[in-house]
Amino acid sequence: MQAFSYVSARTLSEAADILAREGDQAKCLSGGTDLIVFLREGRRSAKVVVDVKGIPELNQLSYSPKEGLTIGAAVPLHRIYDDAQVNEHYPGLIDAATLIGGIAIQGRATLGGNVCTASPAGDSIPILIAYETTCIVASRSVTKAIPLEKFFVGPGRTALQPGELLVALKLPPPTPNSGAAYLRFTPRNEMDIAVASAGVVVVLDEDKMRFVGARIALGAVAPTPLFVPEAGAALAGQPVSDEAIEAAAQAAQAAARPITDMRGSAEQRKHLSYVMTKRALLKAIERARGGA
Amino acid sequence: MTTVEVEKTEARTNGKHFKVIGQRVIRPDGVDKVTGRAQYGADVMLQGLLYGKVLRSPHAHARILSIDTSAAEKLPGVKAVITGKDLKPGEDKVAKSGESSVNYSYLSQNVLAQDKVLYHGHPVAAVAATSIHIAEEALALIKVEYEVLPPVLNALDAMKDDAPILLPNLRTRELGEVVSDKPTNVASHEQYARGDLAAGFAEADVIVEREFHTNTVHQGYIEPQNGTALWNADGQITVWTSTQGAWDQRRDLSEILHVPLSQIRVIPMEIGGGFGGKFPVYLEPLAALLSLKSGHRPVKMWMQRDEVLKATGPTSASVIRVKMGARKDGKITAAQAWMAYEAGAFPGSPVSAGMGVIFAPYKLDNVQIDGYDVVVNKPAAKAYRAPGGTNAAFAGETVIDELAEKLGMDPIEFRRINAAKEGDRRADGPVYGRIGFIETLDAIEKHPHYNAPLPEPSAPYMKVGRGVACGFWYNWDGKSSASAVVNPDGTVSYLEGSTDIGGTRASLAMMLAETLGIHYEDVKPMVGDTQTVGYNDGTGGSRTTYGSGMAAYHLGKEIIKEMKQRAAVLWEVPADDIDVEGDVYSYGDKRITFKELCAKLDETGGPMSVSVSLDTKGAIPALATHVVDVEVDTETGKVNILRYTAAQDVGRAIHPSYVEGQIHGGVAQGIGWALNEEYYYDEDGHLMNASLLDYRMPTALDLPMIEAVIVEVPNPNHPFGVKGVGEVPIVPPAAAIANAIYRAVGVRMTVLPMNPRNVLKALGKI
Amino acid sequence: MSNKVPVTATINDEEKSFLCEPRQSLLEVLRDVLNLTGAKEGCNNGNCGACAVIMNGVLVNSCLVLGVEANGATITTIEGITPKEGLHPLQQKFLEDAALQCGICTPGFIVAAKALLDKNPSPTEHEVRYWLAGNLCRCTGYDKIVRAVLDAAAIMRAEKQTA
Repeated sequence: MQAFSYVSARTLSEAADILAREGDQAKCLSGGTDLIVFLREGRRSAKVVVDVKGIPELNQLSYSPKEGLTIGAAVPLHRIYDDAQVNEHYPGLIDAATLIGGIAIQGRATLGGNVCTASPAGDSIPILIAYETTCIVASRSVTKAIPLEKFFVGPGRTALQPGELLVALKLPPPTPNSGAAYLRFTPRNEMDIAVASAGVVVVLDEDKMRFVGARIALGAVAPTPLFVPEAGAALAGQPVSDEAIEAAAQAAQAAARPITDMRGSAEQRKHLSYVMTKRALLKAIERARGGA
Repeated sequence: MTTVEVEKTEARTNGKHFKVIGQRVIRPDGVDKVTGRAQYGADVMLQGLLYGKVLRSPHAHARILSIDTSAAEKLPGVKAVITGKDLKPGEDKVAKSGESSVNYSYLSQNVLAQDKVLYHGHPVAAVAATSIHIAEEALALIKVEYEVLPPVLNALDAMKDDAPILLPNLRTRELGEVVSDKPTNVASHEQYARGDLAAGFAEADVIVEREFHTNTVHQGYIEPQNGTALWNADGQITVWTSTQGAWDQRRDLSEILHVPLSQIRVIPMEIGGGFGGKFPVYLEPLAALLSLKSGHRPVKMWMQRDEVLKATGPTSASVIRVKMGARKDGKITAAQAWMAYEAGAFPGSPVSAGMGVIFAPYKLDNVQIDGYDVVVNKPAAKAYRAPGGTNAAFAGETVIDELAEKLGMDPIEFRRINAAKEGDRRADGPVYGRIGFIETLDAIEKHPHYNAPLPEPSAPYMKVGRGVACGFWYNWDGKSSASAVVNPDGTVSYLEGSTDIGGTRASLAMMLAETLGIHYEDVKPMVGDTQTVGYNDGTGGSRTTYGSGMAAYHLGKEIIKEMKQRAAVLWEVPADDIDVEGDVYSYGDKRITFKELCAKLDETGGPMSVSVSLDTKGAIPALATHVVDVEVDTETGKVNILRYTAAQDVGRAIHPSYVEGQIHGGVAQGIGWALNEEYYYDEDGHLMNASLLDYRMPTALDLPMIEAVIVEVPNPNHPFGVKGVGEVPIVPPAAAIANAIYRAVGVRMTVLPMNPRNVLKALGKI
Repeated sequence: MSNKVPVTATINDEEKSFLCEPRQSLLEVLRDVLNLTGAKEGCNNGNCGACAVIMNGVLVNSCLVLGVEANGATITTIEGITPKEGLHPLQQKFLEDAALQCGICTPGFIVAAKALLDKNPSPTEHEVRYWLAGNLCRCTGYDKIVRAVLDAAAIMRAEKQTA
């Protein structure tokens, strides 16, 4: 690993100053489960590593019925899935948080890191997109909000500009009669990277017999995590039925434009985007109707 | 756990029940291993230690045009840099190494490339520096100019007439002789044949013919290869390393470094798994050369995981064609196999072992097996648990299952009709001794698992099925030495030379204690090195409990002989007239225990030590029958293992827990091989999944409990009835799972791994 | 060349101060600087769990922590799990149940299992398998490891009741 210096930043402005000064040669460290591997393997380089775990804004984890959920970018996964509010209101996020790596990875890894690594297969991203997550981004001069589905510009590349860092993810409060689920397909049952995945949020009407709307996003089937509005649109206003679910799953499959690599073939991924969407929808509907 | 005792034989000592053998004692090295104190190869720390790293080829096939190490040498902290020029070429001669053989010219080129690189990850240079990070920085400063050549990445392509040639001097050994001077990638063609194949097929009512493809897989030990070497100013070389065979290493180092054996001491450290893959040298010769070049400072090296996967011996990918015929009454009338195994960069695939395995469980009158050893641009294949056996059995046992199905016979009944017994001759020549194959079939047939209804599918898109398969492994005996010091407190310090890779200090000490009639705790075992104990073949080939166990027994007998002498001195009677019963020595009404006699060593002749060296014979093959229930997700192609039961003839279980452990571990590796493990290369020959994340070995969440059924048909050639147990458990799983998948979804899988992608393809879903 | 940073951490109940380069991992520091070689390097990228330690009460892979991040932290390694007298119930059960063969993964498994039992004293077999999925073992097929963890959990529950 190349040599670098290390700064444990205590304030947002301290971190932003270093990022402004060093540009892309400064890298933010929170859980390090991607960054340390990338530096070790020479896939990223850094002159300075800025540890952002000590910055209060990046450590907040708060929920209110009005504001929804705020997750600081440096909050590790184990804090998220051990949080009662998240469990109650965002079960789809729990699906994802408990799938990333193993327990020892979850002790360190963060959603902020998962988002900033910007892998097309990042497990938290499809469900965060489905939850209408907004990225709160700060630099020395400005703070701005970017909808998560606009945050990714290519494999491993985000909309973050030099000098900017991700501060937090904001999820709106869940809509009544909604349900969410994240499902991924992996050959191993754990410790694996999604071959294809689907994150969905469905909103049902009061009788829970008809879709009001849905948001569906896919993982590992395109250069970036893929928001598929047309799959959600296929459900809006439809009765909850096999036909509607089938149509949405087919729309998702049609949107997928995967590649072949060591984790799966293009045909397999295309096929799995259909299967995962269908199964995630069934799970989300079950949850909207009060099931686990 | 179930133990089926099939028969009692003379192998039981004097017809008595064992006191120690069969107990589940605590292993003597256990406390060190659960507290983190045990010293593995990478834990070695020495004064003035330097750290070494290897520069590896980014290409699968290329000519090295030039290497410029000058910038690396100038980096502060760098103490030595070596390239292929620093290594005198190895001699073109072959020796046995562990379960396979080794040609020193090739081994030397594999350790450090000379003029060509033959696989992605092939070593081209090495550096020693004061820190691992500096060594790594130095690697980046070495400039290598390559002429990239087209790679050849599978056996069938490599066998084509116009294939790129890896080794310009290689000529095919055609049934043992070189008959053509044409450059080739086919290192050898061997054949086993008996009877009249055409007549056999003519007699058949049913014939099944299929072609199988299996991919490269790795042993996957959790401890990466390592090696620390000190080439001292007096010319003595000491190597500390994780090895299955310290004496093999000493010989290989002697040949590669061109240094006499007597100048090399190999100290085997605790070893973090091997499965056959830790016989060959990789880093040790480089560490020694770096030590010499850095002014006799010790150099420690260890691999990163991607280096382990890219450059240490995996086992062969293969193409296997099988044709078998059987009569309506279930008798197999003819069996034919064509097997091409990838050797990787240098000749030496386990194809001949695979040829022996493929039909071994069955008595066959008409049989022909052809095998080809083919070089390709992948790392040199090395032994992996029952080398070549799993792929062979995958092909053979799938076809057996299909024959049984076509004949409408139960798969176990069909196998019983054809099962080999003592006295039957195998296709590869040898006649079976007292094997226990039929006993394993009986054990599974009677087992609750085989008789339970299939589990209910967990979802509408899930299908469940049950499959059976059998397996054979040769087992090895080989050479073992041991020595002992008898202590005045009644204990025995026991020095043996078999690397303890899975509890053999315990099983060997148990056999010595049993022989001496003393408590297990009174035997203090220790693994020696090449300078402290006599020669030992390595821990491999399922030989340790057999061969080194036999040495323990004979060591015990030698101690008893000495102790009788001491009692004779004490009582002033002839030693030959002294009786020994357990730990009691007696003459008339005089009695003295082993422990009491030990207290009198000083007055009966002084200190006592004995040693033995044996070339053991008489190993008998292991056979096994496995049954597995699987659940296939027909929408994703994923296969879950629901239940697994493995019955195996172990001869005699010395320490049943570690026998079960061998079965569990072999089955788990077999499941990994069957379902997900594979080398994934891009078309240029780059290994794309060189990490434990993407190589996908099973985790705890991917496996069920595995029931090991111990069948004991004692080996009459061994004092305690032992047969090797370690390897055969990996042989049947892939076939058993393929057969279960067929019963679940009606599709015959002919590729390994049967990963979701391949299962979906077979189901016609993609 | 070297830009070593002073770090102070509580490791196995002892305060340790050491110098390390920012690029050195906690695993490297434990093994090469502090001579705590119980944590093993199996993959050096978080995929095998052989280097697992407990840091501030949380299970982590020490190969994916920088040594400098340990400043002010409390760390327990396999060496710190062994009590003054005898063995920890997990260690005892790993021995009695023959839950190790080569032993290289054993420290990581015991550390990970301790973190599990600290959080969940009565895990089911499935919970044990899920929690330990980040620790690879290639020798045992996990059968005896899972049994040893369940057995140790039962003993620890019984000890707690009588205490």
